[in-house]
Amino acid sequence: MSGLEVLQAGPGVTVQDMGRPGYLALGLSRGGAADRIALAEGAALLRQPVGTALELAGFGGRFRADVPCRIALSGAPMRATLDGAPLVWNASHQMPAGAVLDIGGAQAGVYGYLTVGGGFDLSEALGARSAHLSAGLGAVLQANDVLPLAPDTGRTVGQVLDPVARFDGGELRVLPSLQTTMFPEEMRARFTQEVFRRDSRGNRMGIRILPPEEGYGLTSGQSIVSEVITPGDIQIPGDGAPYILLYECQTTGGYPRIGTVIPADLPRVAQAAPGAELRFRFVTRDEALEAEAGYRRMLEGLPGTVRPLIRDPAQMPDLLSYSLISGVTAGEELS
Amino acid sequence: MPDDIHAGYPRIEPLGLDGVIVRFGEALSEPANRAALAFRAAVERDVPEGVEECSTSLVSTYLRFDPLHLSLAAMVTALEQRLTGTDWYAAPLPEGRRLLRIPTVYGGDFGPQLAEAAAAAGMDADAAVAALSSARVRVNAIGFAPGQPYLGTLPEAWDIPRQAGLTPRVPEGALVIAIRQFVLFSVSAPTGWRQVGRTAAPLFRPGSEAPFLLRPGDEVLFDAVEAGAWDRLAADPKGGIVTEPLA
Repeated sequence: MSGLEVLQAGPGVTVQDMGRPGYLALGLSRGGAADRIALAEGAALLRQPVGTALELAGFGGRFRADVPCRIALSGAPMRATLDGAPLVWNASHQMPAGAVLDIGGAQAGVYGYLTVGGGFDLSEALGARSAHLSAGLGAVLQANDVLPLAPDTGRTVGQVLDPVARFDGGELRVLPSLQTTMFPEEMRARFTQEVFRRDSRGNRMGIRILPPEEGYGLTSGQSIVSEVITPGDIQIPGDGAPYILLYECQTTGGYPRIGTVIPADLPRVAQAAPGAELRFRFVTRDEALEAEAGYRRMLEGLPGTVRPLIRDPAQMPDLLSYSLISGVTAGEELS
Repeated sequence: MPDDIHAGYPRIEPLGLDGVIVRFGEALSEPANRAALAFRAAVERDVPEGVEECSTSLVSTYLRFDPLHLSLAAMVTALEQRLTGTDWYAAPLPEGRRLLRIPTVYGGDFGPQLAEAAAAAGMDADAAVAALSSARVRVNAIGFAPGQPYLGTLPEAWDIPRQAGLTPRVPEGALVIAIRQFVLFSVSAPTGWRQVGRTAAPLFRPGSEAPFLLRPGDEVLFDAVEAGAWDRLAADPKGGIVTEPLA
């Protein structure tokens, strides 16, 4: 069977997809790709439905397939080469059998994605193929792992897109959460005025953020009954530094929550690298709904934003080794 | 009728952009937990269009929905209609519940904080084992980690606080106690609760036909067994557990 071999892997390379909703009542969170936009971008660049991809946390690795395959690179930009020749990020490429794909560290953001034509042929566990590390479903990939490739009926490569800006922190839109009004008014105001920094502590479950000086918390020790957590919830643990929870978070929690980041801004949360500056703005429900509608339109419209990658022949010392017809869309229509 | 501790409840509140919770109380109580379980079962018998997932926590029912296809106002109205006309705090628990007898080794290396927890509850270790192993508890909620149950409510003597510090790591299967509840750990993790025993319960086995051992509403007895039984329990894929349906 044909497969993508891992020659060497960074510390956080996992198979991801859109996760496994439906198990919240049994304690299993949805999980799936930390940056859902990047997953959709990878699929759009290959003109295929959103499926599986390799999520590369901070650092890629070296990969080789025993058959020719199509690849797309999306998410946090990383330095990538194919048999030593530089590859454009946010683009799709043909990868010849035996060629070595080398992906380095993130130049901005956190999570890069490597999508292959047709996706990975893995069996589902509880309705999805993604690794859910905190639940012990799947695992971080290691050297010598081989991922079976599903049959690929597509032909499109040599496409590029302009990624939605989200790799440098910035403003996060927030809805009130269960305990928002229990925080003193001046603290809620300060929350929207201060610039937070993404701490070094963070993973697929969530990221810790540091206020400039004074911490956050309820003034008296109100006890809070544990409630369901939704991705985006901003919990305030005892040390006063907020935690923004992502898709692989725990399913319930008893720390007070000052707000919830809207789904459209979760890719920006996931891609905030340590040190990135983050700010918060409370929005009305109408504004959040408008943002959600725009976010979904953007995702649906991604295939239409993909365009042929024009290579500069002056930058191509091995011009003759490229298949010069790889830039066509093979008649697969824009959706 | 709901008594005073439920004054002002149930309350419907949004949770993020795509969720809503129906809260039946401010703190854990048997009637509030019963209401949350019963209301979820009622919602799932006739799922409103646009609702994508339901679950419960200790005193709430949660619904996730598509906010672009079902407005929050319509969701709230639908839930208010369903809440009316039934005393959810006295409603029958969902059907299909089971009683699980889970063999448990108390004390020693299997429950290093048994004596400490017993002292906090005002009794000696033997009396604590007798009390805990005869307390029939309900799976009030499953949460935090896959398949991990919160069970209660234990007798009032067990209204003991969490310890001041954290135990750096308890093993999978650890039975821990605080605030009139047990938690049975489905993974090895740090905890602020005191470990009184250990079970070989297979709470989450993703590869198996029934990946989750427990469901919210199930009842459990943590039967005391001798430490010498541990190897046999650990070797048994079922952890020595006996399950019977509840009428």
